[in-house]
Amino acid sequence: MRVSILITIAWLFLATMLPATHVSHAAEVKGEEHAVLTAAPSVPPLITRKHSTKVIVELEVRERVGTIAEGVEYTFWTFGGTVPGRFIRVREGDQVEFHLKNHPDNKVPHNIDLHAVTGPGGGATSSFTPPGHESIFSFAALNPGLYVYHCATAPVGMHIANGMYGLILVDSKKGLPKVDREYYVMQGDFYTVGSNGDTGLQTFSMEKALREDAEYVVFNGSVGALTGDHALQAEVGETVRLYVGNGGPNLVSSFHVIGEIFDEVRIEAGDAINRNVQTTLVPAGGAAIVDFKVDVPGTFILVDHSIFRAFNKGALGMLKVTGKPNTAVYSGQQDQRIYLPEGGAVQTTPEPAPKPKLAANKAERIEMGRGAYQTNCVACHQADGQGIAGAFPPLAKSDYLNADVNRAIDTVLSGLQGEITVNGEPYNNVMPSLGLSDEKIANILTYVLNSWDNDGGEVSPAQVSKRRKK
Amino acid sequence: MKLLSAGWLILGTLSAFGAGAASREMSEIPGGVYRPQYGTKDEQVEVESFVLDNYAVTNADYLEFVTENPRWRKSQTPQIFADAAYLKHWIADLDPGPDSGPEGMSPVTNVSWFAARAYCRWSGSRLPTLAEWEFAARASESKPDAIGDVDFRQRILDWYAKPAKPPLPKVTDGFINVYGVTGLHGLVWEWVSDWNSVLLTGESRVDAGLERQLFCAGASAGSADPSDYAAFLRFAMRASLQADYAVGNLGFRCAKDRSPN
Ligand code: HEC
Ligand SMILES: [Cu+2]
Repeated sequence: MRVSILITIAWLFLATMLPATHVSHAAEVKGEEHAVLTAAPSVPPLITRKHSTKVIVELEVRERVGTIAEGVEYTFWTFGGTVPGRFIRVREGDQVEFHLKNHPDNKVPHNIDLHAVTGPGGGATSSFTPPGHESIFSFAALNPGLYVYHCATAPVGMHIANGMYGLILVDSKKGLPKVDREYYVMQGDFYTVGSNGDTGLQTFSMEKALREDAEYVVFNGSVGALTGDHALQAEVGETVRLYVGNGGPNLVSSFHVIGEIFDEVRIEAGDAINRNVQTTLVPAGGAAIVDFKVDVPGTFILVDHSIFRAFNKGALGMLKVTGKPNTAVYSGQQDQRIYLPEGGAVQTTPEPAPKPKLAANKAERIEMGRGAYQTNCVACHQADGQGIAGAFPPLAKSDYLNADVNRAIDTVLSGLQGEITVNGEPYNNVMPSLGLSDEKIANILTYVLNSWDNDGGEVSPAQVSKRRKK
Repeated sequence: MKLLSAGWLILGTLSAFGAGAASREMSEIPGGVYRPQYGTKDEQVEVESFVLDNYAVTNADYLEFVTENPRWRKSQTPQIFADAAYLKHWIADLDPGPDSGPEGMSPVTNVSWFAARAYCRWSGSRLPTLAEWEFAARASESKPDAIGDVDFRQRILDWYAKPAKPPLPKVTDGFINVYGVTGLHGLVWEWVSDWNSVLLTGESRVDAGLERQLFCAGASAGSADPSDYAAFLRFAMRASLQADYAVGNLGFRCAKDRSPN
């Protein structure tokens, strides 16, 4: 037998012995419990005990095919079967006994590097595990905070790009201030050989990963994981806390909730608190804790404000707030006026501003609609109404549009979200309500109906007004 | 305890007859040099000409081996030579069962390094060295060294990226490389004789560098070809193993020195 093998075996034995003999916190630790692990967006229950304990965490690595977007599959490498991995919650001072299990059907070895661990490789050196095996190591949760964990097996980038990350929260002894709702949101970027929207089973592209050219940027592992029926929920008056992580592997997130201001942000999930924040940076391999009170009902959109990622690559989620409107906080649209800049100084005019010109006939309506379409719709549905595959449905020759004009009016009046099928292609995205007048909506839709092979017809302001009152 | 095992193995091989799998086909791999993934950019590894099995050892082949060598049957083999997962997909000592593929033609997996080594000795050969295996695995259908081809690399990666459930494909499935060898990629991982030599060489400066590559930097700038992710996956897999481990996607094939003539 080769000497090197003997050395290796001895070395491995030593390595596995070390954690057990170096535990210095054992004295204060009372009892033992199994950690409750949750899949996003759920967060394990608050820890109410006032003492340190031994917490046993059992996490199983599964390599499995899942859906990354409608019709698009991907082989995710997961901590606990989901992306992001299971949320782990312990308390400052706890002694954590970690069991990492690598399922026998898996192809490759894995390990775990928890940023909450003080020790070599954050646990990675002690948890390197081939398929069909289990590694056990222990660590003391010394520093409170919200930490990313991830696989650190070579090639690290590929393991992370396949979804191997999650969050571990070490509650401080004092605990964070109480809130009404806690949610787990984690961003990640994905690199598929096929382009965004190409259906079927997609494989990892190392070329794109090296170029940092992501096809998908998503919250909680897939496009739509937090929209429609999967939206986060809250009620007016409640305080919501988001544990926001970013697995990367490459991109930094400009995390923002459209229509909300974060009352408090624990910057980078550390001790520093920043107040009244619009957008907070979440680094790859980092996290932030954001708290905000929801004052009015409605749908609030979670985005990476690097905005093409949100509207084109999937980094978009929803928080649905139900309850009574509060017009003192938010009025809804009260009036829409023409804004005509008159040079630098503020001017007052004795006469009322001239009324906008109204369309006198169908031809004028189409003409005025063309202009309004350019300012209000073209960003998403494109100049020729062709839309963008996978993100924005076409208005050109759209079966969805032509089938029901009232439904189209409603769409422009109130926005649209959830799954629809247009010309055989599924869309599950959000169209915001644009706050347009009846006249404008009538003009735009008449223009659209009479362009790009659509069925024609005319929408009148009266018809829009009727739908608005419904 | 591990020292004892060496003696046991020698005994084991002395009692073998050097029989060997009946329908064995091997190909000659002409020697050459290549730059390994781990090491400095100008480090070269020289490989002498050798002979390699065209196919991974099948469950049927392995059945022959355990039939002749009762001490390697799953109920007989001590755990220090093969952990509890040894031949776990077999139904019984001499029954490979449905997970061994049609006519047992899937590659045998769930075998420890000790077991693989004993098999090769019994069949009058040996495990290939890491350098030999890596050298032969650089070949595509048409080229001895296709590692620089993006398509070739992507094909390898695609296999690594998909979980595999038993039964595994037949050993004859897959592409035949330019030497005549099938299934080095796209079938199973394979044991080599010195799989762990990269993990620990005894030279601490090198070890520190290796650990950095394995756990942190991944494809770090200093390595021979930072974009050869497939090689990193193989090295990571090998580094995670111990000699008694039996793993569901890990099999082997045997090699020989080229006969001196
Ligand atoms: C911010 C992007 C965005 C803007 C701006 C926008 N839409 Fe949409 N629109 C969408 C999305 C996304 C959908 C699909 C929603 C879904 O899948 O639930 C949609 C759906 C529609 C539909 C129904 C589906 C179809 O293809 O027939 C119509 C009609 C429509 N939009 C019209 C308009 C008009 C008219 C405007 C301008 C007044 C407009 N949209 C502005 C994003 C946008
Ligand atoms: Cu991993």
